[in-house]
Amino acid sequence: MPEPFDTRYDTTEAIAPPGSGGGRPVDPTASGPRTPKGGPPPKGGPRRGPWRRLPLPWRGEPGRRSGGPAAPTGRGLWTDAWHDLRRNPIFVASALIILFLVVIAIWPQLIASGNPYHGDLARAQDGPAPGHPFGYDLQGRDVYTRTVYGARASITVGICATLGAALLGSVLGGLAGYFGGWWDALLSRIADVFFGIPILLGGLVFLSVVTSGSVWPVVGFIVLLGWPQISRIARGSVVTVKEHDYVQAARVLGAGSGRTLLRHIAPNAVAPVIVVATIALGTYISLEATLSFLGVGLKPPTVSWGIDISSAATQIRNAPHMLLWPAGALSITVLAFIMLGDAVRDALDPKLR
Amino acid sequence: MAARLLDVRDLRVEFRTRDGIAEAVGGVSYAVEAGQTLAVLGESGSGKSVTAQAIMGILDSPPGRITGGQVLFQGRDLLTMGAEERRRIRGAALAMIFQDALSALNPVIPVGAQLAEMYEVHRGMSRKDARGRAVELMDRVRIPAAGQRAGDYPHQFSGGMRQRIMIAMAMALEPDLIIADEPTTALDVTVQAQVMELLAELRREYAMGLVLITHDLGVVADVADTIAVMYAGRIVETAPVRDLYRRPAHPYTRGLLDSVPRVDHGGGQARRGHGEHGRHGSHGGHRGGKLYAIKGAPPSPLALPPGCPFHPRCPRAQEVCRVERPPLYEVSAAGEGPASGTAPASGTAPAAGGRTSACHFWKDELDALDAVNA
Amino acid sequence: MPSTPSMPETGTAEPVLEVRDLAKHYPLTRGVLVKRRIGAVRAVDTVSFALRRGETLGIVGESGCGKSTVAKLLVSLERPTAGTIHYRGEDIAGLSGRALRAVRRNIQMVFQDPYTSLNPRMTVGDIIGEPFEIHPEVAPKGDRRRTVQDLLDVVGLNPEHINRYPHQFSGGQRQRIGIARGLALRPEIIVADEPVSALDVSVQAQVVNLMEGLQDEFNLSYIFIAHDLSVVRHISDRVAVMYLGRFAETGTGREIYDHPTHPYTQALLSAVPVPDPGARTRRERILLTGDVPSPANPPSGCRFRTRCWKAQERCAAEVPVLAVPPGLAGAAAHASACHFAEERAEVSA
Repeated sequence: MPEPFDTRYDTTEAIAPPGSGGGRPVDPTASGPRTPKGGPPPKGGPRRGPWRRLPLPWRGEPGRRSGGPAAPTGRGLWTDAWHDLRRNPIFVASALIILFLVVIAIWPQLIASGNPYHGDLARAQDGPAPGHPFGYDLQGRDVYTRTVYGARASITVGICATLGAALLGSVLGGLAGYFGGWWDALLSRIADVFFGIPILLGGLVFLSVVTSGSVWPVVGFIVLLGWPQISRIARGSVVTVKEHDYVQAARVLGAGSGRTLLRHIAPNAVAPVIVVATIALGTYISLEATLSFLGVGLKPPTVSWGIDISSAATQIRNAPHMLLWPAGALSITVLAFIMLGDAVRDALDPKLR
Repeated sequence: MAARLLDVRDLRVEFRTRDGIAEAVGGVSYAVEAGQTLAVLGESGSGKSVTAQAIMGILDSPPGRITGGQVLFQGRDLLTMGAEERRRIRGAALAMIFQDALSALNPVIPVGAQLAEMYEVHRGMSRKDARGRAVELMDRVRIPAAGQRAGDYPHQFSGGMRQRIMIAMAMALEPDLIIADEPTTALDVTVQAQVMELLAELRREYAMGLVLITHDLGVVADVADTIAVMYAGRIVETAPVRDLYRRPAHPYTRGLLDSVPRVDHGGGQARRGHGEHGRHGSHGGHRGGKLYAIKGAPPSPLALPPGCPFHPRCPRAQEVCRVERPPLYEVSAAGEGPASGTAPASGTAPAAGGRTSACHFWKDELDALDAVNA
Repeated sequence: MPSTPSMPETGTAEPVLEVRDLAKHYPLTRGVLVKRRIGAVRAVDTVSFALRRGETLGIVGESGCGKSTVAKLLVSLERPTAGTIHYRGEDIAGLSGRALRAVRRNIQMVFQDPYTSLNPRMTVGDIIGEPFEIHPEVAPKGDRRRTVQDLLDVVGLNPEHINRYPHQFSGGQRQRIGIARGLALRPEIIVADEPVSALDVSVQAQVVNLMEGLQDEFNLSYIFIAHDLSVVRHISDRVAVMYLGRFAETGTGREIYDHPTHPYTQALLSAVPVPDPGARTRRERILLTGDVPSPANPPSGCRFRTRCWKAQERCAAEVPVLAVPPGLAGAAAHASACHFAEERAEVSA
């Protein structure tokens, strides 16, 4: 039974200040008479929906409720993070380096016109020469060209291994965290077994039987040893998110496991996984180089910084430039990815700082 | 006039955030005399806790920054004195009780040792004497079997007992002033009553000043002498406790008082003439009627409304409220005082027993109330 | 043993929900590989009540008394250890799958914390529309957006804000969103677990009024769980006072608040601070000593006896039954689980 409307009983919240985050200017006309702003009034025309009701006093008067522009004003985690990242010089620098590396990994000929396989033994171990700023290697191949072409192997291994480990780890860890019980216990033990394998020893044993020179055995090996780390993070993150009230609310509504996991848990649990994966990417690149250096990773004729470092290591006294350039490129690449991961972590999870 | 125990004058605190500068405290003045209890009442984000942190010198800075004002403690400005001197005062004469006792106590040191440390450090007592005093103190705050429990760690105590230990820590050096920030908010109602009783008793015994920060209108009514109501970083009303509850001189205070359902009133809440609103249901008259509700929500400190910060939610708002920020008017006895327009010297707290209201229409507010009550 | 007390009738309607001897015990285990059961936390122990169409049953109690566990049991977030929950004559305590999903349409929940009960990655439209995705039979696909907007309107929010995210709303508005989500399937029963305790004082009244208005409009039944006795008195037709997993006293608001007969209720009421300085002298406070015992090891007999000033030997030996105590008349004649139930004149304010 509608009662006479009394403005003092208006229950609508005239203004919408966010709890603590972004600020929306308070509408100074909020207490004055207001009309629906702009466009057709929301309540225009008879509505036949099941919720159509007379305006009742506790609900507030149509047109009195918070109008204001419908433009989003507050921000979410990702927008906030991006806001932070753009202002972080470390992020900007590392992102530019990585962008550059990705570009030359795809199109090395953009900055290197030579052929990385073409060698001139007469110039073996020669120092810098016009057109060949980094000098020549043992086989008389141009070090500059090889360094540029080497990016492809490193970036491919890094990105593919990270994607694989992140995917495998977050799916397995996420399911373990969500379902718990024996599945969780089993998975945790398996992850522990993989944690226990010494990476170099494992690499020497597993990869020495592989004869293919392509990047895929190396990628597979890194994924195999890398997923437990991601799965631990994903499991912990899912366990935390699972306890949130909105997940309970979805269960009360009758949502099944699939919906709960995909719509409610995954989007809220993914941030820590991204952070760890970004940092891991750098270490995977250096792992590939290490394995190649030891002769079990990538194999010639693939061009890789690890292989070049390996062959240059013996000549470090008489031709240090052979070692310096691929090693420097490797260091910068790894550093860029790790710094990027740090910056992303700072932005996504300020508490971890 | 003798120096007051604590005299906060026009204190201003800013927070630099991602979204701009938030004016968390915008010129707060209040005073406490020795042996008196001042309650600072406000909702979350009203600046009541930030004010206390600024007084204690425990403001997180950055992002917080004190941009103006004075904090006179026994006549001396805490904000301008040296860090060492301030620390000495903070330990011995000024103490604070926090809402969350578990995080305020060191989890890896037994509570008896934490209490004894106060005596060892500040009074130079021997370890044995300090332990003895610590147990006495635990006994004093009525922790059962204090002697045996002195060796227990904070997590082994219940919430109420932990809050008692916090009180004991604050009381240890017999300070002149205690600031209690929501001391009972996390406690159950029966335990809450015990803790408030203890606090009031200790205050009487040691003739301390007490600043009680809370959002609970009920807790305040029982123990406070004077109440300062804060809204959006400012004090909107100061009054002796009985006056405030009987005749609030600010629409916000009145709205708050009327929007709280009361356990001792069964029927409708149509008090103070907000209109005749009987029950609208058909359930046979057990329940209360419609509650008075202040419309809207408190503003963000990043974007305070111009003029009076309460005006978007105020039923009494006029054009002037949107434009002109009301000063703290001195509220005089009903009917006989000068008309609104007598602004006090800004930046000082009213004398004991005095009243202030930051509403252009405080007089109309009081008159309307009196008309209803008559 | 009569487990269902004669609760006062507040309507002639049939009960929509009937709970009998509900219990939830969480096992306490020890050991890493082989888990041995060393006891149980009796969070809820033999709780019985009935809820009628359109009425509000308030459940009050201090933290750890089991009131939130009751809420979880009612909405099937937890499975009861024992007891039955009859919704319209059907026991829903053991349901799963399709049958449970059908029941969920009729029993919905409003959560305490408006900051954690809404998925921050979903728009308001998706949050309120999700019930329709899970129960597509409720609203045809084409009409959903319109239905969601109508729901926003019903709870007093701007329907144009359908594409906003939860963090763009204040606490009170978020709680309205949570209420709209609970309302979407047009349930008969809404279980509200501390729905206003996380809100600012000045906003609480808005949400309480909204809930009352919606109840009258849609003839909802509420289980309103809170620790705030004042709010519960305001909104409830009947009130149950809970202590250590059991109901201590049940009755209408007036019976419980003005004529309490259980010592725990009396102490609880006397401890509630009243925003009225004059009441300081009028009201006598009963200060309870000690803390609530652990629900893993509750006292024998009456669970309140360790803190009760009336406790005698009988209280340790015999569990008091929740029933109308003999010898009490008028408003004092309501169910009270105390061997020595009687009114205290000075308690009622």
